[in-house]
Amino acid sequence: MSPLHAAIPVANGGALPLADLPLLGRGHFTGALLAEVAEGARVAALFATPGGRDLELYAVLARDGRGDLAVLRTEIAEGFPALAARCPELQLFEREIAEQYGCTPGGHPWFKPVRFHRSWRTGRDAWGRGAARPRPAVQEFYRVTGDEVHEVAVGPVHAGVIEPGHFRFQCHGEQVMHLEIALGYQHRDVERLLLGGPHPATPHQVETVAGDTSVGHASAWAHLCEALGGAEVPPRGAVLRLAALELERLANHVGDIGALANDVGFLPVAAFCGRLRGDYLNATAVLCGNRFGRGLIRPGGVSADLADEQAAALRERLAPVARDTRGALELFFDTPSVLARLEGTGHVAAADAAAVGLVGVAGRACGLKRDARAHYPLGAYRAAGVEPAVKWGGDVYARAAVRREEVAVSLALVDQALAGLPPGPVRTASGALRPHALAVALVEGWRGEIVHVALTDAAGRFARYKIVDPSFRNWTGLALALRGEQISDFPLCNKSFNLSYCGFDL
Amino acid sequence: MLKILRERLRQGHRTARYPKEPPLLPERFRGAPRIDPGRCVDDCRLCAAACPFGAIEPAAAGVRLDLGRCIFCGECAAACPTGALAFSRDHRLAARCRDDLLAGPDGHRLAIALDGEMRRLFGRSLKLRQVSAGGCNACEADLNVLNTLVFDLGRFGIQFVASPRHADGLLVTGPVSENMRSALLETFAALPAPKLVIASGACAIGGGPFRGSPECHDGIGALLPVDLYIPGCPPHPYTALDGLLRLLGRL
Repeated sequence: MSPLHAAIPVANGGALPLADLPLLGRGHFTGALLAEVAEGARVAALFATPGGRDLELYAVLARDGRGDLAVLRTEIAEGFPALAARCPELQLFEREIAEQYGCTPGGHPWFKPVRFHRSWRTGRDAWGRGAARPRPAVQEFYRVTGDEVHEVAVGPVHAGVIEPGHFRFQCHGEQVMHLEIALGYQHRDVERLLLGGPHPATPHQVETVAGDTSVGHASAWAHLCEALGGAEVPPRGAVLRLAALELERLANHVGDIGALANDVGFLPVAAFCGRLRGDYLNATAVLCGNRFGRGLIRPGGVSADLADEQAAALRERLAPVARDTRGALELFFDTPSVLARLEGTGHVAAADAAAVGLVGVAGRACGLKRDARAHYPLGAYRAAGVEPAVKWGGDVYARAAVRREEVAVSLALVDQALAGLPPGPVRTASGALRPHALAVALVEGWRGEIVHVALTDAAGRFARYKIVDPSFRNWTGLALALRGEQISDFPLCNKSFNLSYCGFDL
Repeated sequence: MLKILRERLRQGHRTARYPKEPPLLPERFRGAPRIDPGRCVDDCRLCAAACPFGAIEPAAAGVRLDLGRCIFCGECAAACPTGALAFSRDHRLAARCRDDLLAGPDGHRLAIALDGEMRRLFGRSLKLRQVSAGGCNACEADLNVLNTLVFDLGRFGIQFVASPRHADGLLVTGPVSENMRSALLETFAALPAPKLVIASGACAIGGGPFRGSPECHDGIGALLPVDLYIPGCPPHPYTALDGLLRLLGRL
């Protein structure tokens, strides 16, 4: 079998019996994975689970050009050879596996903990740290030394009302030579809380993987349950889901433009966008009572209908919000003193972005045409025909410009959705989950690609639940964006990515 | 400049008239629960069984709902066959004591104002240091909203500050992940006395959706002395603002 045919295809939002997944030899797995990557595939997820002689290793490949996904499986023992040097987008996944299961990826070029928790298998620690609980950010940081070199340490508690994380800057005067980011402070053990489920708490835990992406994560989870439970979401439910996901995108993109405006000192747009963001959150609350969409997305559809006249009223209410949004964005992008601060700041080279596997807004701003809504559309996105908004600058300006373009598209999508809700029910029964199966779902959240993968046991319970928030990949992008920048531009660069700490920390 | 002025005129003045006028919340918003024991069917317990977080317990008359554990998902109200348990659009939820969060047929006990010296010190100017300790960032997002022109927190003399040394109180969100425990305690220690502690959101009060996680501490109750509890997952900005103003004796 040629390495390019070893991976078993699976549709997005689809499932396949584990028996259909050959347990490849380690060499065969590596050859197939690298061959797929050489052909343009990306690694959407790489994770381990107990099985085989010790651990089984799964790779989910995303073949954007072909619009399909594929899965590879092998087994690993206590150690396994790292592929990170040859395929840098794997580096964090391999560290994560090492931290969770206490097995060592040999030859890993940047072998450090990810979230600073105890190994999931007592007595096995990949760093030999003994029985004591690891402390966050206790690791060797990359350091630059020299007479005029200094180190700046920030966090975990930052200046604003934001999440915790630790940042180490290696600086020469104002200039940052290297930034290293240590996270894990928000670690709640989400993946293990989901084991044996779905439990009654599961939907709520999924919605709070990253609270600003409740609809995105809940959508991915619901798609998995539907794939494993054999449910088809009715058209009206599917369109309402699309409206909710796009409202989430609008709230966050508009809020992010406002935050950028604030950081460059352009207060009119900061003030407008702060208010407008709330208008989009309030629109989501019309759907389900909660500004973050909690409780709306459920397996089989959505939890509550929106009557045609309610949809018409919401549409009418959003029209002036859309106008004000366009006005605010126009002002922002039409002001030379703003553009001067954005252009060329926080640049990430396209080749670096591709190598580390950036996704979402950050990836598209570097010319990477990646948007799960376009490549792997689910539900109402199949008919929506979303085109990825791609820019090539790789700088703060490009990340802002991607958002501006996506705001326009999302406004149109929400308007169409509310204008043309198909008749019928919004939810169907989603049955018990199929046993011994793998299901995968990619959803384009507002930050980027959300990947959920579930493996079920003999009773149809979750034996492994893997979550990849877009922030998992994109924090590396922020670190790269700071190279050669002034440290005083860190807030601006940071806002242009606006990544999730809790989505990374799980 | 002219463009800025034109857009400013178009967008208009948007600061809400709160607290002169009550906030208008969406029809489906789930605020303070309403419990009508007259409609309770004996030993029904469907609401308690539907709650994923054990927030409902039987009481002498009907049931009691613990607003500290509740994430306002509404599954209990959906499971209630008689409408004995329902959620109103009342955003006022904050309480001063943990036990005051137990809502029964008469509702629950809303927060009362600080007294004596504490009110004299903080009643007209309150500086808060916020610490996220393991949540999902939704609490933080809806606290930041208070700084938008809609709420304009500054007009009440309340401000979030960067340094704990400048703060009168600590506002905590999140269930307190083990990885944030020491940073949280060190931040608290860095505040000058006298100081307030506010637990904002279901996580900080009782662990929220992460209650029982081996990596979390089910909220700050066992770690810090709490002066104000603000329920919600996350608390609506008006719920948080109402709680802060009640604490300062401004409502």
